[in-house]
Amino acid sequence: MVVQTKLSDTEVDLVFHALADATRRDIVSRVMVREQSVSSLAAGYAMSFAAVQKHVAVLERASLVTKQRNGREQVVHGNPEALRRASRLLDRYEELWRDRVSRMEDILAADDRRGDQEEGAPA
Amino acid sequence: MTITDIIRSPETLSLTFVNEFSASPDRVWQLWADNEKLGRWWGPPTWPATFAPFTLSAGERVRYFMTGPDGEEAHGYWIIDSVDEGRGLTFRDGFADKDGNPVEDMGQTTATVTIEPIDSGTRMTLASSFATLEQFEQLMEMQMDLGMTEALGQIEAILAEG
Repeated sequence: MVVQTKLSDTEVDLVFHALADATRRDIVSRVMVREQSVSSLAAGYAMSFAAVQKHVAVLERASLVTKQRNGREQVVHGNPEALRRASRLLDRYEELWRDRVSRMEDILAADDRRGDQEEGAPA
Repeated sequence: MTITDIIRSPETLSLTFVNEFSASPDRVWQLWADNEKLGRWWGPPTWPATFAPFTLSAGERVRYFMTGPDGEEAHGYWIIDSVDEGRGLTFRDGFADKDGNPVEDMGQTTATVTIEPIDSGTRMTLASSFATLEQFEQLMEMQMDLGMTEALGQIEAILAEG
């Protein structure tokens, strides 16, 4: 069985490893270190302010960051607890599907043994 | 069993699971399309699932329940959003009351299944996502409750043997 999910030393490392989108991963790691305004975040990427704002909105919806208005600026704060919660939930959900896929394999194998094949002509 | 990839994405509350089977795509499809086969893998052994007969087509509502060790029932539903016969489907899965009505505030899992032929058989990709962290948490707690009961059942069985 090939599993490309590696366990790293700390839970936070694991979560960061798991973040699929490079920009969002970067945004999360930046604001976990220090709160930042959307405009200062946007200055660091070769994409529009609106595009960065969209990434922040995705993170916000997942409760991984919070956004506060400070005068004319929107300041993004990290939410490490939510990131840990999401990671733990994904652990459990992954386990659920591992079990299901293993039962799928059992059914396919059992049907083979019974000769209960639904195959068409071999290709 | 060959799980070839697992993509975890906490920032979008989603998980993609890729598995390769040696069986043909048609047989893998039947695991989803045949209510009897589906019932054999959806629930854990101590919480087997029973699916009412259904035809996989867009708009179809599928009802099922899982039966626990003490005969208790957990009801659930699928709402089928799209079907590409033999090749994939998109559906929403959630908990229901005894009459099969969705428990709205429990939220739903949105899942997309893709089944494709490869040289060695079939590649199945399952992408699931949750709307909010709170819903994800609630759904997993519910799953945990079922799992917990299962673990307790196993402990009881071991004690009974001893």
